[in-house]
Amino acid sequence: MSGAPVAPHGETAGAGLPRVFVGEGRRRLDAVIAKYPAKAGALLPALWMVQEAHGWISPAGMAEVAEVLELTPAYVRGVVTFYTMYHQHPVGKYFVQVCTTTPCNVCGAEGVVQAFLKATGAKAPGETSPDGRWTIVEVECLGACGFATPVMINDDFVEGVSAESVPALVARYR
Amino acid sequence: MTDLVRLTIDGREVEVPAGTSVLEAAKQTGVLIPHYCYHPGLPVAGSCRMCLVDVEKSPKPVPSCATPVAPGMVVHVASEQAKAARRAVLEFLLINHPLDCPICDKAGECTLQDYTFQEGREAGRYADYAKRYNPVEDFGPDVLYVPNRCVLCTRCVRFMDDVAKEPTLNVSERGDRAHIGIFEGRQLDHPWAGNVVDLCPVGSLLSKDFLNKARVWDFDKTASVCPGCTQGCNVVLETRENVVVRVRPRPNAEVNRFWMCDEGRLRYGWLNRSDRIEAPLVRHGDRLVPVEWEAALERAAELMGAAEGAWVGLVSPGASCEALEAASALLALRGGAGAFRVREGPEAPLAGVPDLALRKERAPNVHGALAAGFTRDWSGTLDRARSAALVLVLDEDLADAAGPLTAGRLVFVGTVLPEAARGAAVVLPSANMAEEEGSFENLRGLRQRYLQAKSPPGMARPAAWILAELKAALASRAGARA
Amino acid sequence: MGYPHPPHPKETQVLSRHFGEPDARGYDGWVKRGGYAALEKALGTPREQVIEEVKASGLRGRGGAGFPAGVKWSFMPKQKTKPHYLCCNADESEPGTFKDREIMRWTPHQLIEGCAIAAYAIQAEQVFLYVRGEFTEPIAIMQRALDEAYARGVLGANAMGKGVRIDVMIHRGAGAYICGEETALMNSIEGKRGNPRIRPPFPAAVGVFGCPTTINNVETLASVPHIIEKGGAWYKGLCLSNPKSTGTKLFSICGTVARPGNYEVTMGFPLKDLLYDVAGGMRPGRKLKAVIPGGSSVPILTAAEAEDTVLDYEGCVAKGTMLGSGGMIVLDDSVDMVYQVMRLARFYAHESCAQCTQCREGTAWTVKILQRILGGQGKAEDLDLLLDLSEQMTGRTICVLSDSCAAPVVSAIRKFRPEFDAYLRNGRRKARA
Repeated sequence: MSGAPVAPHGETAGAGLPRVFVGEGRRRLDAVIAKYPAKAGALLPALWMVQEAHGWISPAGMAEVAEVLELTPAYVRGVVTFYTMYHQHPVGKYFVQVCTTTPCNVCGAEGVVQAFLKATGAKAPGETSPDGRWTIVEVECLGACGFATPVMINDDFVEGVSAESVPALVARYR
Repeated sequence: MTDLVRLTIDGREVEVPAGTSVLEAAKQTGVLIPHYCYHPGLPVAGSCRMCLVDVEKSPKPVPSCATPVAPGMVVHVASEQAKAARRAVLEFLLINHPLDCPICDKAGECTLQDYTFQEGREAGRYADYAKRYNPVEDFGPDVLYVPNRCVLCTRCVRFMDDVAKEPTLNVSERGDRAHIGIFEGRQLDHPWAGNVVDLCPVGSLLSKDFLNKARVWDFDKTASVCPGCTQGCNVVLETRENVVVRVRPRPNAEVNRFWMCDEGRLRYGWLNRSDRIEAPLVRHGDRLVPVEWEAALERAAELMGAAEGAWVGLVSPGASCEALEAASALLALRGGAGAFRVREGPEAPLAGVPDLALRKERAPNVHGALAAGFTRDWSGTLDRARSAALVLVLDEDLADAAGPLTAGRLVFVGTVLPEAARGAAVVLPSANMAEEEGSFENLRGLRQRYLQAKSPPGMARPAAWILAELKAALASRAGARA
Repeated sequence: MGYPHPPHPKETQVLSRHFGEPDARGYDGWVKRGGYAALEKALGTPREQVIEEVKASGLRGRGGAGFPAGVKWSFMPKQKTKPHYLCCNADESEPGTFKDREIMRWTPHQLIEGCAIAAYAIQAEQVFLYVRGEFTEPIAIMQRALDEAYARGVLGANAMGKGVRIDVMIHRGAGAYICGEETALMNSIEGKRGNPRIRPPFPAAVGVFGCPTTINNVETLASVPHIIEKGGAWYKGLCLSNPKSTGTKLFSICGTVARPGNYEVTMGFPLKDLLYDVAGGMRPGRKLKAVIPGGSSVPILTAAEAEDTVLDYEGCVAKGTMLGSGGMIVLDDSVDMVYQVMRLARFYAHESCAQCTQCREGTAWTVKILQRILGGQGKAEDLDLLLDLSEQMTGRTICVLSDSCAAPVVSAIRKFRPEFDAYLRNGRRKARA
């Protein structure tokens, strides 16, 4: 996948972010843990909660998850880096995923990517636009091949996007 | 009694217990099927695919490490299809593997080299594409990770997960971006972590202690026992030009399985100390003068024979059983007795293996000393020594022993002459455990033999020999007088 | 096409009958349409009989493997000594496939009903509904439907008042195609990296959390209520060709076709009719070049082969390909086959879990060779090299992702050789398609 965001980070990255699993957050997590026969089953849900709270999963976030689920931070890191939807670095306010796998590729998906870059000012897939609002990435099949080209903007799943319809779509999110 | 299963491997019939893997069964026919991720001390992963073999009636090659034997199974390790499958795995591994052999520590004991020589292609077909590059990482304190050489066998990860029971390493990322990872700000500082360097089949995980130090084909390898604590892990002392260069574990199912701790692995430097006593010394006035062995033993026997009253022994729990027994027999001639003390440190178990730990008592032969009749009453014995007519010291460093050790005569048998023993009447240089053959008794009462890995310096001799000679010299004096 | 679209006369709508009806999403709307009657019936039937009914129907796994569902259920231990689990595989990530998303978006209760019946049959009290992380809308819809099902007593400690406990919970994935592989899916539920497992042991013996587990695809489970309601014999009778392939299938048709969308037809339906009739054929001025009938992991068919294919498991095998997930990717004469094969190989290289050497290194190497060919620097021996690598990537790994990369590469080189030769001769590609 081209353009996965890349930047170095050290141990203190994210240390200033507030703890997620306190108060209501802790209660939500405990309810989830209760549904799994083993605590570790709640790992993916817990990581989603961290990303919901902070917008990305920092080493500090990973360490907090490890602590509450009684796993090691190294183990958590191994899981985070496997799943591509978990952001290991902060991303723009709007994170755009454009499918460019073959069924969408033959329907103009790469043109959609270029249109997004042009409309948002991001210089290349994986980079955040100068105003910090947009990060565009190419992703693999989004499971809506009949509605080419599907695009996700944060949690919104938009079907049938064409290069021509991109500017109007971007405008909706300004 | 377990059921036995009979099968055929490359035309040879073999019978093994049910549940044995094809790979292990093949070992018993003398066939070592190439493999990376498999290790008898780790849970099976079956992921490297290096161990693929053909099984008749099976549509595709099977991973022999993960396939249990079945009655009547016919296995072909050397069939064309199996060899082609393994050759392909080697080619795939080499496409991103740097041509580092000339600068890689693992050369000479690397299974990527070995298998490629044995079964690989003569030339790879990965024409002028860039190889994957990642910088070297310091996992610390002793371990370096070279991602470019890693074959992702995950032995290191499984060791930390399942044997050390502290998941400190992971596989990070996915696909051909995958590499071994650690958590930011953490170190690979588990007391048994050094085993991952042994486990690594290639030169990806390296020991800083061994980095660029020697070529393994220059080594002499000697079976020995770790002198670090009372566990008695079996080891191999690897020496080059009479210097111990590296210590690695030797498999022993009862004592240490395949492992040794970092204390033993890294603290071998003292075996190479150069400030050794190299000749027997005898006191002339205020000086210690080197003499021949016979003269020194004579002098010692003379002094011992003349010493009225009990003799006191201060011994090291690092001495061999043979030396300690000889010392005990010697002291007993005059109703003497002795004691030892042992340095202690925190116990560090290897959680995934029953009864295996870096033990609190950091000496190899505490139990040999006890068996030889020595006690733990160091301070009491030290007091008695002060007024004893003769004190026999066996390689104790006498640190913190205040003032003159004894009013009587001091006979020192040891490797290095400590400050407190500078008033000795006779100094007899002994070999350290790497320079002699002997045995230690571990904490479970198991007596284990270690062999000589290098020559002792100068005129030093094994302590057991020295003490036996002393006893003989005393006997002959007594005989002569009689 | 997006729903609602009027059903084509040649469709046989069983699963998709209520697609496009917004109030079919709700509990009351579903019950009005006959929903949950099958569950009620099943819970009053001995579970062995439920399994027999599904066996008799001939229902086969709709996720791609095509394994008989009733037989899979019968692998579960008869004597329950540990908790049993059912996993519903909603990880739908096979390129070309988008049917499970529709089932969840339009008829969530149909899926819940199927899960509940299956759970009952295999003595599972807990169902994990594994939904890929990108399916935010289906997840929201399924969660609302689950909340309703609990509130109305369909699920819970006393499902439909029949004294059986059935719990269904959503486990959200986080971006990994490989988690659609059933053992990787289980690892993901356990909070691990989505690595497929070596087998044996099989899931029915040692599955999720060490307990006996059955994993079924969304479409497979959605078919179950209909089988229970109308009987296995009825389902078995829905068959146009080979009696081993029965029932209906939701085909996801996409790519360069006039009316892409999900179309439900009876097994054994001619591909030609599905493509030209039901899905509207090619775009104006274009001709069919190739079809990948079962999601991208199956061999590519030429136009002539595709037009002669019968859409069932055996019919596709007869043509040297597989029915797979039924995600049909249609490629017309504007498509650059070499570029698209490279793009598919890139997909597999991105999704490889990294365990097996052949897959981890081979998929990436395949991409590199194809990119070089596309860049005009391919060598004549590159095609033989690709075929050789693909052979060593097939049947030698823990799972079939590696084989799935090889399939389109091998079939493209064999069937569209002139396009590859053109690059080798003429150099760098010009147009994009």
